[in-house]
Amino acid sequence: MQISSLIPPGFRLNGRRQRRTARWHIGNRQLVQSLSLGVVALVMIPVVYLFAGAVGAGQEGVDYLLRARTLIIIGNSIALMLATTFFATLIALPFAWLTSRSDLPARKILLVLGLAAMVIPSYLTAVTYTEAFGPKGILQSLLEPLGVDRLPGIKGFAGATLTITFVTFPYIVLPVRAALLHSDRSLEEAGQSLGLSRWQVFRQITLPQLRPALSAGMLMTALYSLSDFGAVAVMHFNAFTRAIFIQTESFRMDKASVLGLVLIVMTLVLLFLQSRLRHGGRHYRIGTGASRELTTMALGRWKYPALFFCGAVIFVGVAIPLLVLFKWLFGHTLTNPIQVSLSELISNTVGVSAVSAAVASLAAFPLALLAIRSASRFDRWLVNLAYAGNVLPGIVIALALVFYATQHMLSLYQTLPLLIMGYAIRYLPFSIGATESAFAQINPRFEEAARSLGLTSRAALLRITVPLARGGILAGLALVFLNVMKELPTTLILRPIGFRTFATRIWSAYDEAFLSSIALPGLVLIAVSALALAVILRREKAAQ
Amino acid sequence: MSMQRFVRLSVITALLILTALPAVAQADDVLTVYSGRNESLIGPILAQFTEDSGIAIEVLYGGTSAVANQILTEGENSPADVFIAQDGGALGALAAADMLHKLPSATLERVIDRAFVSPDGFWAGLSGRARVLVYNPESLEALGLELPESILDLTDERWRGQVGWAPTNASFVANVTAMRVLLGEEETAEWLAGMIANSVQAYPKNTPIVQAVIDGEVAVGLVNHYYLFRFLAEDPNISATLHFFPGGDLGSLINVAGTAILNTTDQPFVALELVNYLLSDTAQEYFAQTTYEYPLVATVEPSVALPALADIEAPDIDLSDLDDLQGTLEMIEESGALD
Repeated sequence: MQISSLIPPGFRLNGRRQRRTARWHIGNRQLVQSLSLGVVALVMIPVVYLFAGAVGAGQEGVDYLLRARTLIIIGNSIALMLATTFFATLIALPFAWLTSRSDLPARKILLVLGLAAMVIPSYLTAVTYTEAFGPKGILQSLLEPLGVDRLPGIKGFAGATLTITFVTFPYIVLPVRAALLHSDRSLEEAGQSLGLSRWQVFRQITLPQLRPALSAGMLMTALYSLSDFGAVAVMHFNAFTRAIFIQTESFRMDKASVLGLVLIVMTLVLLFLQSRLRHGGRHYRIGTGASRELTTMALGRWKYPALFFCGAVIFVGVAIPLLVLFKWLFGHTLTNPIQVSLSELISNTVGVSAVSAAVASLAAFPLALLAIRSASRFDRWLVNLAYAGNVLPGIVIALALVFYATQHMLSLYQTLPLLIMGYAIRYLPFSIGATESAFAQINPRFEEAARSLGLTSRAALLRITVPLARGGILAGLALVFLNVMKELPTTLILRPIGFRTFATRIWSAYDEAFLSSIALPGLVLIAVSALALAVILRREKAAQ
Repeated sequence: MSMQRFVRLSVITALLILTALPAVAQADDVLTVYSGRNESLIGPILAQFTEDSGIAIEVLYGGTSAVANQILTEGENSPADVFIAQDGGALGALAAADMLHKLPSATLERVIDRAFVSPDGFWAGLSGRARVLVYNPESLEALGLELPESILDLTDERWRGQVGWAPTNASFVANVTAMRVLLGEEETAEWLAGMIANSVQAYPKNTPIVQAVIDGEVAVGLVNHYYLFRFLAEDPNISATLHFFPGGDLGSLINVAGTAILNTTDQPFVALELVNYLLSDTAQEYFAQTTYEYPLVATVEPSVALPALADIEAPDIDLSDLDDLQGTLEMIEESGALD
């Protein structure tokens, strides 16, 4: 199973770009370029308004930025990022190795169960953790016979770290596992034959080969922890996103913009540092190498500790959230007087996610064409700018769009198009990346042949290339769909009046402690997300 | 379906949706309500209004302070016709910003007491609520604690980590504003700092506080009186009770949830129909029996479960003096209560 399409693509700020071997015909170049320009102009709206808002705050904004409380927020976010990246790596590295290179029983099933943690939205995981690990939570009641009357609780740094660690560790497992499966086994064999111990082989040969994959996964985790809102809000940990939300909710736009801008700068600094720290060595093989069947390593007496480890990871990451939700579903909890039909939630959530995915895919199309077929510096910049969503957390996009709409586009304020625009900007990089890589795998000769047989270049593009790239485009579509369904802060801030989705319903139920109203929508949301994930995985497998 | 047709179809669909939706969202005969009250409390009676009158409404729900700020930011562009707040101070803030319509005297006179309407006629109270301390008798006994005489005593060391509050909740904000008015800025800021230093536990709203008290997560919580009754209605055996601070203490502030009509509305008469409906016997009966608040009209009696409004030893304060919402929000933020 290769799951490359799950790793949000487009970390091009740090990645080596592949050199284009063939210059393709680009069809109506002007049309493609102007469409791309239009998309990029829309993508840039949040950035521009954020700047305007922050600059408009003037001296007051500078004072706000430099006061101790803001500096603490910056420190909090950095601490959270470092801690989650560290712990997620600590979990993901052995998990990936055990499920791909060892003779662990049922390792495929364990892998899939572990990866399921990524379909549970962070706010749901966080809410269930507060129940499970709270002062008088489930864990406490289990420990009660031992005389534990009360636990310290996990709200704050510990809870936020725990939640984000378990939500993001799959983002490290995926690339590391792919690298483990494709690494050159003969190097390890050579090491072994030269007398290295197993551990030495792992440290001196396997680990260095994993470095690019590991650093990509760690970067994902770090970016996630900077941009996540749900976990820090539930855990009352004052990271950037929570502070921005509090200011945005009260419409104190100048302060929110200042915070948003700082968050973007921090994200850019992170990407810059990562690109600097990149290992300069060579990880690919030069010759064809020995691409024999991968052998698995016998765990021997380590089998049971390894099983216990994987089981524990799955238990905390997946089983606890599900168990708590089921407990609330069947337990006795406060009845919510506002009943919302599940079908309304499903049609709203699925509808808006599908339209957003379609919009993002369409918007990505011209940009992917430019990315793959144009060498001009201007076009390259256009494509890079379209990737802005990678450094714009959802809450920042939402904030800037509210700012923009209330000031200049009142007819868009509190409408679905604005919400969809927010989603599309955020997840456009996923679509461009997926479409681009699909195009890249198509031999340009097909299209050339079609044109030589008399098709116009546009017809050749639509009738030859697009159908061939369909799989990749659909994978991108599904990826955006999956993410929009789980998205919380953009939805809360940009949704039209009275528009309910799974995320908003769960959030308001959490706010008022209607636990059973969290349970059912939560479980259905997880089920639908798992379905979308399964579709992506199957497609990947079929494509191989 | 070929890919080409698929692409073409999805373009057309997307465009159709994009152009049609704002038109739907802005249909003009719909009354837009901005509510700072929770949907679970006000939603059912608003739905009843639509059923009884045939007037369609759409409701934006948010925190009272947040919604008030939103209306202030939207200014004359605000789509809101009616504002429902869970605190007189937020209504006062909009009146002070000159954003409200005056209500006719026939409407204002429905309210039993002049103290529960705007002195200038800009808003009317809909239901009364008292600030209380909800407590878990078992927790208090286990900790060997006695009920405090005053809200100010909660900064005492023996309450460390045992108090829950909802620092962004409008009723709490109004309570802090009342402190500023009666005690002054300095002493109020000191109290906030003292509470935080004493590890007060923050919750998003009142209901989770009551839940936490029942669960024994904290021993006491600062809430409005009516939330507990929703829990009691489902399970009369839960271990939680209300404590009204005695002797006119600041912790027993009586406030109102109220409503006002925005002066930017293009349908003031329809808006007035809603306001009058909320003061009708039907709606007041709902507030009394379903949400366990104090009705504010002479013709409806409060629920038997409650002490009479007149028997609560509330601090002597004019609700319209509680209009410096922004000042209190800033003080709460500066105190670190939101961190």
